[in-house]
Amino acid sequence: MALEISYDVIQVTLLSLYVSGCATILGSAIGIPLGALIGLKEFGGKGLLKTITYTMYGFPPVVAGLAIYYLFSRAGPLGSFGILFTPTAMILAETLLVIPLTTGITIASVAEVDRSVKETVKSLGTTPRQSVLTVMREAWVGLVMAAMIGFGRCIAEVGAAYMVGGNIKGETRVLTTVIMLETRQGHFDYALGLGLVLIVVAMAVFFFLRLLQEKELL
Amino acid sequence: MSDAIVLKEITKRFKEVTALKSVSLTVAKGEVFGLLGPSGSGKSTLLRVADLLETPDTGRVEIDGETVRADSKDAFQTRRRIGMILQKPMVLNRSVENNLVYALTVRGWSEEESQKRVDRELKRLGLEERRMKNARTLSGGEMQRLCFARSTIFDPALLMLDEFTANLDPANVALLEDMVRNYASENKERTVMVVTHNLFQAKRMCHRVALMWDGEIVEVADKRRFFEAPEDERTAAFVSGELVY
Repeated sequence: MALEISYDVIQVTLLSLYVSGCATILGSAIGIPLGALIGLKEFGGKGLLKTITYTMYGFPPVVAGLAIYYLFSRAGPLGSFGILFTPTAMILAETLLVIPLTTGITIASVAEVDRSVKETVKSLGTTPRQSVLTVMREAWVGLVMAAMIGFGRCIAEVGAAYMVGGNIKGETRVLTTVIMLETRQGHFDYALGLGLVLIVVAMAVFFFLRLLQEKELL
Repeated sequence: MSDAIVLKEITKRFKEVTALKSVSLTVAKGEVFGLLGPSGSGKSTLLRVADLLETPDTGRVEIDGETVRADSKDAFQTRRRIGMILQKPMVLNRSVENNLVYALTVRGWSEEESQKRVDRELKRLGLEERRMKNARTLSGGEMQRLCFARSTIFDPALLMLDEFTANLDPANVALLEDMVRNYASENKERTVMVVTHNLFQAKRMCHRVALMWDGEIVEVADKRRFFEAPEDERTAAFVSGELVY
């Protein structure tokens, strides 16, 4: 079945971008400040926390999906929100996958900032908050990289999206879940075409983020 | 004349190494004070303690008559009255202009006030045409001049310099020393503390000099006496160049 740029394909692509984009933004909004704090503050158990964060890079998507499924299922503690099998649940599950990545990459990025930069910033009389924000700005390339890798994980993700989204046509169907479905039904050409769309969309977003990364913050 | 910096019985250990062994030192207001010594003698650590970047294990630091602790929450308020220049020129990854603006905005200066002051400094530095260039594209000498301007743009009463010309060519050394001299002479209340292992620099710039040796201050004296009639044999050996460092 040849791929046509139909209304369905556009809708699925836009939903993929929406879910992955929101999860990346949410995951970055939580992970980047958290990573900066862990990376820049000295406290007991910091090494262990870093190891746990790095270990979570391999957090299985189905487990993230399972956690969200359990929380928001009708009998679950947050079941009254009624968000299971909606894009919101998919965003939450994917956010869980993004947080360890953005946190870990931020920890590494702020640690990479030259010690004398941190010292210079401190010697200029900055408040602790000003110091952290300045070091984060110095680590800009790494922080954008964290968001890029987070987005990469989301856009390619299928397990969690399928589990909490349900692959409902017109509602929670995203590129990865529809590729899986079409492959199962034997529509290999169509699935391949959608795979191509997925790659192009991902590349376009990465290209935009790369521009953002290379932008000199003067 | 009152004291700008008083360090009382400062001790600082880094794991097995004792960098400072109960060091006491007083620097008067308006003075250009030099801290000489071989590498690893503890002079940079002492300067970092005075600049509140390092918390001593024991002892007390007084800045302008106020006892301050580097690890206290409001230490940044005292640091705002101090300009510090490190050996390695360290500019932020932003424009030349914004490196200067940064030092003022963290102090809550208004945009208008900052701009006026920054324009004046850029003119003085001869970097007006490169104001929008990333500061990391400057040469080593230009970067260190920018660091000097960034550390003095807010008129600190105290200026601390840690081997601030160590990596520069003679022309830039002369230029920066002039900038420091001018800065100090503009206001009699301004105090400068210079860490250096360069005897000639200490001779050219300082009113009083101290020699640090193995975490202790061996001798403190007026420049003339320090170089011409030192009391301690280690100072005599150091100023005559007999000690290898």
